[in-house]
Amino acid sequence: MMRGRPGALLATALAGILAVGLLSFVLEPYGVYLLSLWAVYTVAAIGLNLTLGYAGQISLAQATFVGVGAYATALLMPHGWPFGATLALAGGLCFGLGLLFGFPALRVQGHYLAFVTLALTTLAFLVMRNEAWLTGGVQGIAHIARPVPFTSGRAFLMLCLLVLTLVTVATWWLLRSPWGRAFIALRENPIRAASLGVDVRGYTLLSFAIGAALGGVCGSLYAPLVQYVEPSPFALALSLSLLLMVVVGGSGSFLGPYVGALVAVLLPEWLRFMQDYYLVVYAMVVMLLLAVCPDGLVGLAGRMLDRQRRGHPAEPADGGKA
Amino acid sequence: MFWLLAQLLVAGLAIGAIYALIAIGFSLLWQGAQTVNFAQGDFVSLPAFAILGFTALGLPLWLAIPAALAVAVLVLGLLFKRVLVQPMLHHGVLQLAIATMALSIFLENVLKDTGGAEAYPFPGLTGGFNLGALFLDWQSLTVLAVTVVTVSALNAFLSRTRTGRAMQATAQNPSVARLLGIDVERMIMLTFVINAVLVTLAAVLISPVYLVKFDNGGQIGLTAFSAAIVGGFNQVRGAVVGGLLLGVVETFAATYGPDQYRTAVPMVLLILFVLFRPHGLLGRREERRV
Repeated sequence: MMRGRPGALLATALAGILAVGLLSFVLEPYGVYLLSLWAVYTVAAIGLNLTLGYAGQISLAQATFVGVGAYATALLMPHGWPFGATLALAGGLCFGLGLLFGFPALRVQGHYLAFVTLALTTLAFLVMRNEAWLTGGVQGIAHIARPVPFTSGRAFLMLCLLVLTLVTVATWWLLRSPWGRAFIALRENPIRAASLGVDVRGYTLLSFAIGAALGGVCGSLYAPLVQYVEPSPFALALSLSLLLMVVVGGSGSFLGPYVGALVAVLLPEWLRFMQDYYLVVYAMVVMLLLAVCPDGLVGLAGRMLDRQRRGHPAEPADGGKA
Repeated sequence: MFWLLAQLLVAGLAIGAIYALIAIGFSLLWQGAQTVNFAQGDFVSLPAFAILGFTALGLPLWLAIPAALAVAVLVLGLLFKRVLVQPMLHHGVLQLAIATMALSIFLENVLKDTGGAEAYPFPGLTGGFNLGALFLDWQSLTVLAVTVVTVSALNAFLSRTRTGRAMQATAQNPSVARLLGIDVERMIMLTFVINAVLVTLAAVLISPVYLVKFDNGGQIGLTAFSAAIVGGFNQVRGAVVGGLLLGVVETFAATYGPDQYRTAVPMVLLILFVLFRPHGLLGRREERRV
C-alpha cells in the first residue's frame, strides 16, 4: 500500500500542513477560513478513511459524529469547559457511539453498516432539529466563542493545523503499530487476514469507532470555527460529501483524505461560475474517477510518478487491492 | 374507534404497497446484480418529473406515462447498467455502492436545475365510496390493485417462466448459471429493466400523495431500504411484507405519535431489525456472499 517509505508519507503530510500554515500569511481572511475548513474536514476524512479505506465498510454517520462534536463543544464551552477538554470529550463520546452502533451492524456481513449509519444520520438530524431545549432547534446556537488565544481567523487556523498535525502523527503511528498492520492486512485481503488470526470483526469495529472519534474531533473544531451551529450542516449531505472526499483522494491511502478534502473545499470556489450546476459536474467527475481510477487522485499521481521514473508505461495497477 | 383504525389501516396499506414496489426493485438489484442502489429513491423521482414534463409538452396523461416508462427503461435500466454498473462492478461491490451515492447527488441536482425546486402537484384519482363508516378512496384502491397485480405477475414470471427461473438462478449463483447455459448478462439486464418498470409504477402511484420534488428521493429511498431489510432480503415477498408493515406503522405513528418525528419511523425500525433480527421477518439466516 504505502508507496515509497512510510516515513516519506508522514513527511509529505507534515510538509503540506506547514505549507498551508505559511500560505495563510499571504491570504485574505476568506482564504484563511477556507484553509481552516480544509484542516477541519481533513480530520473527519482521515477518520472515515480508516473505516472505508482500511476496513472496507461504508459509514454514512460521519456527519452525525461531526454534529455531536460540534454541539458538545458549543454547549460545554460557555460552562467554562476548556477547549482541550471539550475536544477530548467529543472524541470520546463519538468513540462510544461508534462502538454502540457499529457492534450490531458489523455482526452481519454486507452493507448493513451503511444502512444503519444512514438511518442514524437521518434520526440524529431530526433530534438536532426538534429537541430545541438542548440544541436550540433550527435557530441553533450562535456566538460560540473561540478559545483564547486563538480568537483571530489566522490564529484559529493555527489551532486547526496543530490538531491536524497531532491527528496525522497519531494515525501514522497507529498504522505502523501492530494494530495498524492488522488494519492494512484487513484492507489487502480480509479472508487471508482472518486465516492469519486477525480478529476481523473486532478490528473493523475498532476502525469504525476511531473514525467516529475523529469525526467528533472535527466537529469540536468546526463549532468555534464557524461560531454558529444549527442542524443543516450535519445532514446526510455532509456524510456523502466526506465519503466522496475519501474516495476522490484515494480510499485506503494515507495522503488521500488531505487531497480529497482540498478538492472538496476548493472546487466549489473554482467552479463558482457554474453556480447551480456545480454539484452536477462534481458528481459526474466523482463517478468518472471511480470508474477510471478507483484508487483516487493519490493513486493516479503515484502511477504517473512511476511511469516517469521508469521511463515506460507502468502496468495498470489494480488499486493495490486483492 | 374500529372504523378509524380500519381507515388508517387502508391508508397505511396503500402507502406501504408503493414502498413495497420500490423495495422489490431494490432487493432484485441487490440480489440479482450485486448492485446496492443508494439512488433508488431518486429513481422514483425521475419518471415522476418525466411525466410532468411530457404533460407540460401537451401530451395527455395516458400517453405521458408510457413515454416516461420508456425513458425510465432507457435511462434507469439500460444506461444505468451499461454506463455505471458494468464498468464499476469489477472494481468491487463497495465502489459501485459509492458510485450510486454520487449518482443520487447527480440525479437530484439535475432534477433541481432542470425542473426547479418547487413541489409540483401530480394528477391522481379523487373521490371514493362509503362502506359502512369506512370511506374507501379510489386512489388507495387503485394503488392496492395495481400492486397486487404487479406482484402476482412478477411472482408468476419468476417462478413459472423459463426466463424467470433463469433470472433466479443467476441471482443465486451466476457462475453455475453460466455453466448451465444461461445468458447471465441478459438476465442481469432484465433485472435492471424490471427495476425501471417498478420505479415508474411507484412514481405514478406515490406522486399524487407526496407531490413531485427533486429531493423526495432521499426519504422514499430510505423507507424502501428499511422495507427491504425489515421484510428480509432474499425474496420478493419479504419486500412486500416489509413495505406494507412500514406503511401501516408509519401511518399509525403519524396519527398517534409526535408529528415532528413522523419520518423517523422507518429509521427506528431499520435499526431495531438490524439489532435484533438482521435477516428480517421472512429472510433466511444465511447471507448471500457478495
